[in-house]
Amino acid sequence: MSQPAVMLTEVSMVFEAAGGFVHALDDISLEVHDGEFLSLIGPSGCGKSTMLRLIGDLLEPTAGTVTVKGKPARQARLDRDYGMVFQTSTLLEWRRVAANVELPLEIMGVDAAARAARAAEMLRLVQLDGFGNHYPWQLSGGMQQRVSIARALAFQPSILLMDEPFGALDEMTRERMQMELLRIQRQTGTTIVFVTHSIPEAAFLSDRVAVMSPRPGRITEVIDIELPKPRIFETREDPRFFAAVTEVRESLRAIEGAP
Amino acid sequence: MEATAEGTGQPSRSSRRFRAIVSFTVILLVLAALWEGYKWMGQTTGGVWPGTDIGLPVRTNNRAMPHLWDIVAALFRPARRGGDEILLVTLTKAALFTFRSAFTGFVVGSAFGFGLAVWFIRSPLAERGLMPYVVASQTIPLIAIAPMVVIWGGQVGLPTWMAVAVISSYLSFFPVAINSLRGLRSPPATAAELMRSYAATPRDVLTKLQIPAALPFLFPALKIAATASVIGAIIGELPAGLSVGLGRSLLSFASSFSSAPEKLFGAVVLSAGLGVAFVGLVAVAESRLIPATRRIAEAEAAAA
Repeated sequence: MSQPAVMLTEVSMVFEAAGGFVHALDDISLEVHDGEFLSLIGPSGCGKSTMLRLIGDLLEPTAGTVTVKGKPARQARLDRDYGMVFQTSTLLEWRRVAANVELPLEIMGVDAAARAARAAEMLRLVQLDGFGNHYPWQLSGGMQQRVSIARALAFQPSILLMDEPFGALDEMTRERMQMELLRIQRQTGTTIVFVTHSIPEAAFLSDRVAVMSPRPGRITEVIDIELPKPRIFETREDPRFFAAVTEVRESLRAIEGAP
Repeated sequence: MEATAEGTGQPSRSSRRFRAIVSFTVILLVLAALWEGYKWMGQTTGGVWPGTDIGLPVRTNNRAMPHLWDIVAALFRPARRGGDEILLVTLTKAALFTFRSAFTGFVVGSAFGFGLAVWFIRSPLAERGLMPYVVASQTIPLIAIAPMVVIWGGQVGLPTWMAVAVISSYLSFFPVAINSLRGLRSPPATAAELMRSYAATPRDVLTKLQIPAALPFLFPALKIAATASVIGAIIGELPAGLSVGLGRSLLSFASSFSSAPEKLFGAVVLSAGLGVAFVGLVAVAESRLIPATRRIAEAEAAAA
Protein backbone atom coordinates (compact mmCIF):
# COMPACT_ATOMS: atom_id res chain seq x y z
CA MET A 1 0.00 0.00 0.00
CA SER A 2 1.54 3.28 -1.09
CA GLN A 3 1.74 6.38 1.07
CA PRO A 4 -1.54 8.34 1.19
CA ALA A 5 -1.57 11.51 -0.90
CA VAL A 6 -3.22 13.49 1.88
CA MET A 7 -3.68 12.65 5.53
CA LEU A 8 -5.69 14.77 7.96
CA THR A 9 -5.36 13.79 11.61
CA GLU A 10 -7.79 15.17 14.20
CA VAL A 11 -7.95 18.50 12.45
CA SER A 12 -10.00 21.33 13.96
CA MET A 13 -10.45 24.84 12.71
CA VAL A 14 -11.86 27.70 14.74
CA PHE A 15 -12.39 31.16 13.28
CA GLU A 16 -12.72 34.24 15.38
CA ALA A 17 -15.76 36.10 14.17
CA ALA A 18 -17.76 39.07 15.36
CA GLY A 19 -19.43 38.02 18.59
CA GLY A 20 -17.50 34.82 19.26
CA PHE A 21 -15.86 31.78 17.72
CA VAL A 22 -17.01 29.68 14.80
CA HIS A 23 -16.16 26.00 14.78
CA ALA A 24 -15.62 25.57 11.07
CA LEU A 25 -14.18 22.07 11.39
CA ASP A 26 -14.20 19.72 14.33
CA ASP A 27 -11.93 16.70 14.73
CA ILE A 28 -11.58 15.69 11.11
CA SER A 29 -9.54 12.63 10.20
CA LEU A 30 -9.35 11.52 6.58
CA GLU A 31 -6.99 9.89 4.12
CA VAL A 32 -6.94 10.57 0.41
CA HIS A 33 -5.28 7.78 -1.56
CA ASP A 34 -2.74 8.39 -4.26
CA GLY A 35 -4.44 8.88 -7.62
CA GLU A 36 -7.87 8.98 -6.04
CA PHE A 37 -10.80 11.24 -6.89
CA LEU A 38 -12.37 12.31 -3.61
CA SER A 39 -15.30 14.68 -3.30
CA LEU A 40 -16.30 16.74 -0.30
CA ILE A 41 -20.04 17.37 -0.23
CA GLY A 42 -22.31 19.02 2.28
CA PRO A 43 -24.65 21.93 2.88
CA SER A 44 -23.20 25.44 2.85
CA GLY A 45 -21.33 26.27 6.02
CA CYS A 46 -20.13 22.69 6.57
CA GLY A 47 -16.52 23.74 6.11
CA LYS A 48 -15.76 21.88 2.88
CA SER A 49 -13.98 24.85 1.30
CA THR A 50 -12.14 25.46 4.56
CA MET A 51 -10.98 21.85 4.52
CA LEU A 52 -9.70 22.24 0.96
CA ARG A 53 -7.77 25.35 2.02
CA LEU A 54 -6.25 23.50 4.98
CA ILE A 55 -5.01 20.75 2.68
CA GLY A 56 -3.52 23.38 0.37
CA ASP A 57 -1.92 25.33 3.25
CA LEU A 58 -3.90 28.42 2.40
CA LEU A 59 -5.10 28.22 6.01
CA GLU A 60 -3.48 26.68 9.06
CA PRO A 61 -5.52 24.41 11.33
CA THR A 62 -6.18 25.42 14.92
CA ALA A 63 -5.43 21.84 15.98
CA GLY A 64 -4.34 18.60 14.34
CA THR A 65 -2.01 17.93 11.45
CA VAL A 66 -2.28 17.91 7.66
CA THR A 67 0.28 15.73 5.90
CA VAL A 68 0.71 15.62 2.15
CA LYS A 69 2.86 12.86 0.66
CA GLY A 70 4.43 12.39 4.08
CA LYS A 71 5.30 16.11 4.41
CA PRO A 72 3.64 18.91 6.35
CA ALA A 73 1.15 20.78 4.15
CA ARG A 74 3.34 23.89 4.22
CA GLN A 75 6.33 22.02 2.85
CA ALA A 76 4.13 20.48 0.16
CA ARG A 77 3.00 23.97 -0.87
CA LEU A 78 6.57 25.22 -1.03
CA ASP A 79 7.40 22.12 -3.13
CA ARG A 80 4.55 23.11 -5.48
CA ASP A 81 2.57 19.95 -4.93
CA TYR A 82 -0.80 21.67 -5.35
CA GLY A 83 -2.74 22.84 -8.35
CA MET A 84 -5.76 24.97 -7.45
CA VAL A 85 -8.98 25.59 -9.37
CA PHE A 86 -11.70 27.85 -8.01
CA GLN A 87 -15.33 28.44 -8.94
CA THR A 88 -14.33 31.56 -10.85
CA SER A 89 -11.54 30.94 -13.31
CA THR A 90 -9.45 33.77 -11.77
CA LEU A 91 -7.58 34.34 -15.04
CA LEU A 92 -5.49 37.51 -15.25
CA GLU A 93 -7.39 39.55 -17.84
CA TRP A 94 -4.31 41.43 -19.07
CA ARG A 95 -2.60 38.20 -20.06
CA ARG A 96 -3.41 36.14 -23.11
CA VAL A 97 -4.59 32.58 -22.54
CA ALA A 98 -1.14 31.02 -23.09
CA ALA A 99 0.49 33.60 -20.80
CA ASN A 100 -2.07 32.74 -18.12
CA VAL A 101 -1.14 29.06 -18.35
CA GLU A 102 2.54 30.05 -18.18
CA LEU A 103 2.09 32.17 -15.03
CA PRO A 104 3.01 29.48 -12.47
CA LEU A 105 5.95 28.36 -14.63
CA GLU A 106 7.16 31.95 -14.85
CA ILE A 107 7.09 32.23 -11.07
CA MET A 108 8.93 28.91 -10.77
CA GLY A 109 11.69 30.21 -13.03
CA VAL A 110 11.11 27.96 -16.06
CA ASP A 111 12.73 29.42 -19.19
CA ALA A 112 10.60 30.97 -21.92
CA ALA A 113 10.93 28.22 -24.54
CA ALA A 114 10.04 25.46 -22.08
CA ARG A 115 7.11 27.57 -20.81
CA ALA A 116 5.69 28.07 -24.28
CA ALA A 117 6.00 24.37 -25.09
CA ARG A 118 4.37 23.38 -21.82
CA ALA A 119 1.51 25.89 -22.26
CA ALA A 120 0.82 24.56 -25.75
CA GLU A 121 0.79 21.00 -24.43
CA MET A 122 -1.59 21.93 -21.60
CA LEU A 123 -3.94 23.77 -23.94
CA ARG A 124 -4.04 20.63 -26.10
CA LEU A 125 -4.85 18.59 -22.99
CA VAL A 126 -7.90 20.76 -22.26
CA GLN A 127 -8.75 20.89 -25.98
CA LEU A 128 -8.11 24.58 -26.44
CA ASP A 129 -5.26 24.42 -28.93
CA GLY A 130 -5.39 27.50 -31.13
CA PHE A 131 -6.75 29.72 -28.35
CA GLY A 132 -3.40 30.67 -26.81
CA ASN A 133 -3.45 34.16 -28.30
CA HIS A 134 -6.97 34.99 -27.18
CA TYR A 135 -7.71 37.12 -24.16
CA PRO A 136 -9.75 35.48 -21.38
CA TRP A 137 -12.79 37.70 -21.98
CA GLN A 138 -13.01 36.38 -25.54
CA LEU A 139 -13.75 32.87 -24.21
CA SER A 140 -16.95 31.35 -22.79
CA GLY A 141 -17.21 30.51 -19.10
CA GLY A 142 -16.56 26.81 -19.76
CA MET A 143 -13.50 27.59 -21.87
CA GLN A 144 -12.15 29.96 -19.20
CA GLN A 145 -12.47 27.19 -16.64
CA ARG A 146 -10.55 24.83 -18.95
CA VAL A 147 -7.77 27.40 -19.10
CA SER A 148 -7.72 27.56 -15.32
CA ILE A 149 -7.42 23.74 -15.20
CA ALA A 150 -4.60 23.88 -17.75
CA ARG A 151 -2.86 26.50 -15.60
CA ALA A 152 -3.27 24.37 -12.47
CA LEU A 153 -1.75 21.33 -14.19
CA ALA A 154 1.03 23.19 -16.02
CA PHE A 155 3.66 22.53 -13.35
CA GLN A 156 2.57 18.90 -12.86
CA PRO A 157 1.38 19.13 -9.27
CA SER A 158 0.67 15.80 -7.62
CA ILE A 159 -2.65 16.98 -6.16
CA LEU A 160 -5.40 19.03 -7.75
CA LEU A 161 -7.59 20.95 -5.29
CA MET A 162 -10.86 22.07 -6.85
CA ASP A 163 -13.38 24.34 -5.14
CA GLU A 164 -16.75 24.00 -6.91
CA PRO A 165 -14.99 24.46 -10.27
CA PHE A 166 -18.11 23.83 -12.35
CA GLY A 167 -20.55 25.58 -10.03
CA ALA A 168 -21.01 28.59 -12.30
CA LEU A 169 -21.47 26.62 -15.53
CA ASP A 170 -24.71 25.60 -17.22
CA GLU A 171 -25.77 21.98 -16.87
CA MET A 172 -24.70 20.83 -20.34
CA THR A 173 -21.28 22.47 -20.18
CA ARG A 174 -20.92 21.10 -16.70
CA GLU A 175 -21.49 17.49 -17.77
CA ARG A 176 -19.03 17.88 -20.64
CA MET A 177 -16.44 19.36 -18.27
CA GLN A 178 -16.91 16.44 -15.88
CA MET A 179 -16.06 13.97 -18.66
CA GLU A 180 -13.06 16.12 -19.59
CA LEU A 181 -11.80 16.20 -16.02
CA LEU A 182 -11.96 12.40 -15.70
CA ARG A 183 -10.11 12.02 -19.00
CA ILE A 184 -7.43 14.45 -17.81
CA GLN A 185 -7.09 12.55 -14.55
CA ARG A 186 -6.69 9.25 -16.45
CA GLN A 187 -3.97 10.86 -18.58
CA THR A 188 -2.09 12.56 -15.75
CA GLY A 189 -2.74 10.30 -12.75
CA THR A 190 -3.29 13.37 -10.56
CA THR A 191 -4.98 12.97 -7.18
CA ILE A 192 -8.07 15.19 -7.03
CA VAL A 193 -9.89 16.62 -4.02
CA PHE A 194 -13.10 18.16 -5.29
CA VAL A 195 -15.54 20.37 -3.38
CA THR A 196 -19.11 20.38 -4.69
CA HIS A 197 -22.68 20.75 -3.56
CA SER A 198 -24.06 18.76 -6.48
CA ILE A 199 -24.99 15.21 -5.57
CA PRO A 200 -24.94 13.75 -9.14
CA GLU A 201 -21.62 15.48 -9.81
CA ALA A 202 -20.04 13.93 -6.72
CA ALA A 203 -21.46 10.49 -7.57
CA PHE A 204 -20.40 10.59 -11.22
CA LEU A 205 -16.81 11.79 -10.65
CA SER A 206 -15.67 10.26 -7.41
CA ASP A 207 -14.02 7.14 -6.14
CA ARG A 208 -15.20 8.19 -2.70
CA VAL A 209 -17.51 10.91 -1.42
CA ALA A 210 -16.99 12.43 2.04
CA VAL A 211 -20.33 13.71 3.33
CA MET A 212 -20.05 16.63 5.73
CA SER A 213 -22.39 18.22 8.28
CA PRO A 214 -22.36 21.85 9.41
CA ARG A 215 -21.84 23.61 12.75
CA PRO A 216 -19.40 22.26 13.61
CA GLY A 217 -18.09 20.87 10.33
CA ARG A 218 -17.68 17.10 10.56
CA ILE A 219 -17.37 14.18 8.18
CA THR A 220 -20.41 12.05 8.88
CA GLU A 221 -19.83 9.33 6.31
CA VAL A 222 -17.40 8.36 3.55
CA ILE A 223 -19.20 6.59 0.71
CA ASP A 224 -17.44 4.32 -1.79
CA ILE A 225 -18.82 4.84 -5.29
CA GLU A 226 -18.92 1.38 -6.89
CA LEU A 227 -19.15 2.43 -10.52
CA PRO A 228 -17.02 0.91 -13.28
CA LYS A 229 -14.24 3.05 -14.75
CA PRO A 230 -13.73 4.75 -17.05
CA ARG A 231 -16.99 6.58 -16.49
CA ILE A 232 -18.68 7.29 -19.78
CA PHE A 233 -21.76 9.11 -21.02
CA GLU A 234 -23.90 6.00 -20.40
CA THR A 235 -22.73 5.85 -16.78
CA ARG A 236 -25.32 8.53 -15.98
CA GLU A 237 -28.03 6.13 -17.13
CA ASP A 238 -26.66 3.14 -15.22
CA PRO A 239 -28.89 1.92 -12.33
CA ARG A 240 -25.74 1.73 -10.19
CA PHE A 241 -25.28 5.47 -10.77
CA PHE A 242 -28.79 6.13 -9.49
CA ALA A 243 -28.06 3.92 -6.51
CA ALA A 244 -24.91 5.95 -5.75
CA VAL A 245 -26.82 9.23 -6.08
CA THR A 246 -29.48 7.88 -3.73
CA GLU A 247 -26.91 6.77 -1.20
CA VAL A 248 -25.25 10.21 -1.10
CA ARG A 249 -28.63 11.92 -0.92
CA GLU A 250 -29.82 9.75 1.96
CA SER A 251 -26.59 10.43 3.79
CA LEU A 252 -27.06 14.19 3.38
CA ARG A 253 -30.69 13.94 4.48
CA ALA A 254 -29.71 12.06 7.60
CA ILE A 255 -27.52 14.94 8.84
CA GLU A 256 -30.23 17.49 8.28
CA GLY A 257 -32.64 15.30 10.21
CA ALA A 258 -35.28 16.35 7.75
CA PRO A 259 -38.45 14.35 7.20
CA MET B 1 -33.69 49.87 -41.49
CA GLU B 2 -30.57 49.94 -43.62
CA ALA B 3 -29.31 52.97 -41.81
CA THR B 4 -29.57 51.27 -38.42
CA ALA B 5 -27.84 48.16 -39.78
CA GLU B 6 -24.99 50.33 -40.97
CA GLY B 7 -24.92 52.26 -37.71
CA THR B 8 -24.12 49.18 -35.61
CA GLY B 9 -20.62 48.09 -34.74
CA GLN B 10 -17.67 50.02 -33.41
CA PRO B 11 -16.92 53.36 -35.06
CA SER B 12 -13.45 53.49 -36.55
CA ARG B 13 -10.63 55.23 -34.72
CA SER B 14 -10.40 58.15 -37.13
CA SER B 15 -14.15 58.75 -37.13
CA ARG B 16 -14.16 58.73 -33.34
CA ARG B 17 -11.38 61.31 -33.32
CA PHE B 18 -13.28 63.42 -35.86
CA ARG B 19 -16.41 63.30 -33.73
CA ALA B 20 -14.41 64.31 -30.66
CA ILE B 21 -13.03 67.34 -32.50
CA VAL B 22 -16.51 68.30 -33.75
CA SER B 23 -18.08 68.06 -30.29
CA PHE B 24 -15.19 70.00 -28.74
CA THR B 25 -15.62 72.78 -31.32
CA VAL B 26 -19.40 72.88 -30.91
CA ILE B 27 -19.10 73.22 -27.14
CA LEU B 28 -16.46 75.94 -27.54
CA LEU B 29 -18.81 77.88 -29.83
CA VAL B 30 -21.73 77.44 -27.42
CA LEU B 31 -19.62 78.76 -24.52
CA ALA B 32 -18.46 81.70 -26.62
CA ALA B 33 -22.07 82.44 -27.61
CA LEU B 34 -23.14 82.34 -23.95
CA TRP B 35 -20.36 84.78 -22.99
CA GLU B 36 -21.11 87.22 -25.75
CA GLY B 37 -24.88 86.74 -25.41
CA TYR B 38 -24.83 87.50 -21.70
CA LYS B 39 -22.65 90.53 -22.34
CA TRP B 40 -24.94 91.77 -25.10
CA MET B 41 -28.03 91.26 -22.91
CA GLY B 42 -26.49 93.23 -20.05
CA GLN B 43 -25.43 96.04 -22.35
CA THR B 44 -28.92 96.20 -23.89
CA THR B 45 -30.93 96.15 -20.64
CA GLY B 46 -28.54 98.30 -18.62
CA GLY B 47 -27.38 95.53 -16.31
CA VAL B 48 -30.67 93.90 -15.27
CA TRP B 49 -32.51 90.70 -16.23
CA PRO B 50 -34.90 91.53 -19.12
CA GLY B 51 -38.31 92.76 -17.92
CA THR B 52 -37.22 93.03 -14.25
CA ASP B 53 -35.19 95.34 -12.12
CA ILE B 54 -33.07 92.46 -10.74
CA GLY B 55 -29.41 93.19 -11.31
CA LEU B 56 -27.16 90.76 -13.19
CA PRO B 57 -24.60 88.96 -10.99
CA VAL B 58 -21.64 90.01 -13.14
CA ARG B 59 -21.18 93.37 -14.77
CA THR B 60 -21.02 93.27 -18.53
CA ASN B 61 -18.90 96.28 -19.40
CA ASN B 62 -15.64 95.83 -21.29
CA ARG B 63 -13.61 96.08 -18.12
CA ALA B 64 -15.32 93.19 -16.31
CA MET B 65 -16.05 91.09 -19.39
CA PRO B 66 -13.92 91.94 -22.40
CA HIS B 67 -15.11 90.78 -25.80
CA LEU B 68 -13.62 87.43 -26.77
CA TRP B 69 -12.09 89.00 -29.86
CA ASP B 70 -10.41 91.61 -27.66
CA ILE B 71 -8.86 88.82 -25.56
CA VAL B 72 -7.62 87.05 -28.70
CA ALA B 73 -6.33 90.34 -30.11
CA ALA B 74 -4.51 91.12 -26.86
CA LEU B 75 -2.62 87.84 -27.21
CA PHE B 76 -1.05 89.17 -30.40
CA ARG B 77 -0.20 92.65 -29.12
CA PRO B 78 3.01 93.42 -27.21
CA ALA B 79 2.86 92.20 -23.65
CA ARG B 80 4.34 95.41 -22.32
CA ARG B 81 3.85 98.87 -23.70
CA GLY B 82 6.66 99.61 -26.09
CA GLY B 83 7.95 95.99 -25.96
CA ASP B 84 8.65 93.72 -28.92
CA GLU B 85 7.36 90.45 -27.57
CA ILE B 86 3.67 89.71 -28.08
CA LEU B 87 1.62 88.48 -25.11
CA LEU B 88 1.16 84.98 -26.53
CA VAL B 89 4.91 84.42 -26.66
CA THR B 90 5.39 85.82 -23.15
CA LEU B 91 2.64 83.57 -21.80
CA THR B 92 3.91 80.50 -23.70
CA LYS B 93 7.36 81.03 -22.19
CA ALA B 94 5.72 81.41 -18.79
CA ALA B 95 3.69 78.23 -19.36
CA LEU B 96 6.79 76.25 -20.34
CA PHE B 97 8.60 77.48 -17.24
CA THR B 98 5.66 76.44 -15.09
CA PHE B 99 5.40 73.13 -16.91
CA ARG B 100 8.98 72.26 -15.92
CA SER B 101 8.02 72.59 -12.24
CA ALA B 102 4.63 70.95 -12.73
CA PHE B 103 6.04 67.97 -14.64
CA THR B 104 8.82 67.42 -12.12
CA GLY B 105 6.29 67.71 -9.31
CA PHE B 106 3.99 65.30 -11.12
CA VAL B 107 6.71 62.68 -11.56
CA VAL B 108 8.02 62.99 -8.02
CA GLY B 109 4.54 63.16 -6.49
CA SER B 110 3.18 60.23 -8.49
CA ALA B 111 6.19 58.07 -7.70
CA PHE B 112 5.89 58.98 -4.03
CA GLY B 113 2.14 58.30 -4.01
CA PHE B 114 2.57 54.95 -5.71
CA GLY B 115 5.41 53.97 -3.39
CA LEU B 116 3.27 54.91 -0.41
CA ALA B 117 0.45 52.67 -1.70
CA VAL B 118 2.85 49.74 -2.16
CA TRP B 119 4.13 50.25 1.36
CA PHE B 120 0.58 50.39 2.73
CA ILE B 121 -0.52 47.09 1.14
CA ARG B 122 2.57 45.43 2.61
CA SER B 123 2.16 46.98 6.06
CA PRO B 124 -1.35 47.50 7.48
CA LEU B 125 0.30 49.14 10.49
CA ALA B 126 1.90 51.81 8.30
CA GLU B 127 -1.43 52.39 6.58
CA ARG B 128 -3.36 52.79 9.79
CA GLY B 129 -0.71 55.04 11.30
CA LEU B 130 0.00 57.25 8.31
CA MET B 131 -3.30 57.46 6.43
CA PRO B 132 -4.75 60.17 8.70
CA TYR B 133 -1.68 62.33 8.00
CA VAL B 134 -1.95 61.69 4.27
CA VAL B 135 -5.55 62.89 4.36
CA ALA B 136 -4.73 65.81 6.64
CA SER B 137 -1.97 66.93 4.29
CA GLN B 138 -4.59 67.75 1.69
CA THR B 139 -6.76 69.84 3.99
CA ILE B 140 -3.95 72.29 4.77
CA PRO B 141 -4.24 75.18 2.30
CA LEU B 142 -1.38 75.15 -0.16
CA ILE B 143 -0.85 78.89 0.19
CA ALA B 144 0.12 78.29 3.83
CA ILE B 145 2.75 75.72 2.92
CA ALA B 146 4.15 77.25 -0.26
CA PRO B 147 6.14 80.10 1.38
CA MET B 148 7.66 77.69 3.91
CA VAL B 149 8.80 75.29 1.21
CA VAL B 150 10.30 78.15 -0.79
CA ILE B 151 12.17 79.45 2.25
CA TRP B 152 13.39 76.01 3.36
CA GLY B 153 14.32 75.16 -0.21
CA GLY B 154 16.36 78.35 -0.41
CA GLN B 155 18.16 77.47 2.81
CA VAL B 156 19.28 74.09 1.46
CA GLY B 157 20.26 75.62 -1.87
CA LEU B 158 17.39 74.25 -3.96
CA PRO B 159 16.71 76.25 -7.16
CA THR B 160 13.40 78.04 -6.86
CA TRP B 161 11.78 76.11 -9.71
CA MET B 162 12.54 72.90 -7.80
CA ALA B 163 11.01 74.27 -4.62
CA VAL B 164 7.94 74.99 -6.74
CA ALA B 165 8.09 71.39 -8.02
CA VAL B 166 8.03 70.16 -4.43
CA ILE B 167 4.89 72.23 -3.77
CA SER B 168 3.38 70.81 -6.95
CA SER B 169 4.17 67.22 -5.90
CA TYR B 170 2.41 67.88 -2.61
CA LEU B 171 -0.88 68.10 -4.50
CA SER B 172 -0.25 65.36 -7.05
CA PHE B 173 0.82 62.52 -4.76
CA PHE B 174 -2.55 62.24 -3.03
CA PRO B 175 -4.87 61.03 -5.81
CA VAL B 176 -2.18 58.61 -6.98
CA ALA B 177 -1.70 57.17 -3.50
CA ILE B 178 -5.43 56.68 -2.91
CA ASN B 179 -6.23 55.14 -6.29
CA SER B 180 -3.12 52.97 -6.39
CA LEU B 181 -4.02 51.57 -3.01
CA ARG B 182 -7.43 50.63 -4.33
CA GLY B 183 -5.99 49.21 -7.55
CA LEU B 184 -3.31 47.15 -5.84
CA ARG B 185 -6.05 45.65 -3.68
CA SER B 186 -8.41 44.99 -6.61
CA PRO B 187 -7.45 41.35 -7.40
CA PRO B 188 -9.91 38.88 -5.85
CA ALA B 189 -8.92 36.81 -2.81
CA THR B 190 -8.69 33.71 -4.99
CA ALA B 191 -5.96 35.34 -7.10
CA ALA B 192 -3.90 35.85 -3.94
CA GLU B 193 -4.56 32.22 -2.94
CA LEU B 194 -3.43 31.12 -6.37
CA MET B 195 -0.15 33.01 -6.00
CA ARG B 196 0.30 31.50 -2.56
CA SER B 197 -0.22 28.01 -3.97
CA TYR B 198 2.64 28.72 -6.41
CA ALA B 199 4.79 29.70 -3.41
CA ALA B 200 5.27 33.06 -5.14
CA THR B 201 7.50 35.67 -3.50
CA PRO B 202 5.96 38.99 -2.39
CA ARG B 203 7.86 40.55 -5.27
CA ASP B 204 6.21 38.20 -7.79
CA VAL B 205 2.81 38.95 -6.29
CA LEU B 206 3.50 42.66 -6.67
CA THR B 207 4.88 42.63 -10.21
CA LYS B 208 2.76 39.90 -11.77
CA LEU B 209 -0.56 40.44 -10.01
CA GLN B 210 -0.98 43.64 -8.02
CA ILE B 211 0.72 46.23 -10.25
CA PRO B 212 -0.86 45.07 -13.54
CA ALA B 213 -4.23 44.98 -11.77
CA ALA B 214 -3.67 48.53 -10.48
CA LEU B 215 -2.91 50.12 -13.86
CA PRO B 216 -6.52 50.86 -14.86
CA PHE B 217 -6.96 52.55 -11.46
CA LEU B 218 -3.67 54.39 -11.73
CA PHE B 219 -4.29 56.31 -14.94
CA PRO B 220 -7.42 58.21 -13.88
CA ALA B 221 -5.45 59.25 -10.80
CA LEU B 222 -2.53 60.38 -12.95
CA LYS B 223 -4.91 62.60 -14.92
CA ILE B 224 -6.10 64.23 -11.71
CA ALA B 225 -2.49 64.51 -10.57
CA ALA B 226 -1.55 66.20 -13.86
CA THR B 227 -4.09 68.99 -13.36
CA ALA B 228 -3.29 69.23 -9.65
CA SER B 229 0.41 69.56 -10.36
CA VAL B 230 -0.25 72.56 -12.65
CA ILE B 231 -2.34 74.22 -9.93
CA GLY B 232 0.31 73.38 -7.37
CA ALA B 233 3.07 74.87 -9.52
CA ILE B 234 1.14 78.08 -10.19
CA ILE B 235 0.31 78.55 -6.50
CA GLY B 236 3.87 77.64 -5.58
CA GLU B 237 5.18 80.37 -7.86
CA LEU B 238 3.14 83.10 -6.16
CA PRO B 239 5.27 83.52 -3.01
CA ALA B 240 8.49 82.49 -4.75
CA GLY B 241 9.34 85.94 -6.04
CA LEU B 242 10.03 84.59 -9.52
CA SER B 243 10.09 86.93 -12.50
CA VAL B 244 8.79 84.21 -14.83
CA GLY B 245 6.06 81.58 -14.78
CA LEU B 246 2.30 81.57 -15.09
CA GLY B 247 1.91 82.35 -11.41
CA ARG B 248 3.92 85.54 -11.90
CA SER B 249 1.87 86.45 -15.02
CA LEU B 250 -1.43 85.86 -13.25
CA LEU B 251 -0.31 87.94 -10.29
CA SER B 252 0.90 90.94 -12.32
CA PHE B 253 -2.02 90.89 -14.77
CA ALA B 254 -4.48 90.66 -11.87
CA SER B 255 -3.01 93.86 -10.42
CA SER B 256 -3.50 95.64 -13.73
CA PHE B 257 -6.93 94.06 -14.31
CA SER B 258 -8.86 97.34 -14.27
CA SER B 259 -6.76 98.85 -17.03
CA ALA B 260 -6.07 95.77 -19.18
CA PRO B 261 -8.39 92.88 -18.26
CA GLU B 262 -7.74 91.02 -21.54
CA LYS B 263 -4.23 90.12 -20.41
CA LEU B 264 -5.46 88.31 -17.29
CA PHE B 265 -8.00 86.38 -19.36
CA GLY B 266 -5.22 85.49 -21.77
CA ALA B 267 -3.16 84.10 -18.90
CA VAL B 268 -6.18 82.12 -17.71
CA VAL B 269 -6.61 80.61 -21.17
CA LEU B 270 -2.94 79.55 -21.27
CA SER B 271 -3.13 78.05 -17.78
CA ALA B 272 -6.16 76.01 -18.76
CA GLY B 273 -4.47 74.99 -22.00
CA LEU B 274 -1.43 73.76 -20.07
CA GLY B 275 -3.60 71.52 -17.89
CA VAL B 276 -5.50 70.12 -20.87
CA ALA B 277 -2.26 69.38 -22.73
CA PHE B 278 -0.78 67.66 -19.70
CA VAL B 279 -3.84 65.43 -19.24
CA GLY B 280 -3.68 64.65 -22.97
CA LEU B 281 -0.09 63.51 -22.50
CA VAL B 282 -1.16 61.11 -19.74
CA ALA B 283 -4.00 59.80 -21.93
CA VAL B 284 -1.52 59.02 -24.71
CA ALA B 285 0.69 57.13 -22.23
CA GLU B 286 -2.38 55.23 -21.05
CA SER B 287 -3.36 54.13 -24.54
CA ARG B 288 0.21 52.91 -25.12
CA LEU B 289 0.50 51.02 -21.84
CA ILE B 290 -2.92 49.45 -21.55
CA PRO B 291 -4.05 47.65 -24.70
CA ALA B 292 -7.42 48.66 -26.09
CA THR B 293 -8.70 45.11 -25.59
CA ARG B 294 -8.22 45.42 -21.88
CA ARG B 295 -9.92 48.80 -21.65
CA ILE B 296 -12.89 47.36 -23.55
CA ALA B 297 -13.01 44.27 -21.31
CA GLU B 298 -12.98 46.45 -18.24
CA ALA B 299 -15.66 48.76 -19.57
CA GLU B 300 -17.81 45.69 -20.23
CA ALA B 301 -17.13 44.31 -16.77
CA ALA B 302 -18.05 47.67 -15.25
CA ALA B 303 -21.28 47.81 -17.27
CA ALA B 304 -22.31 44.25 -16.28
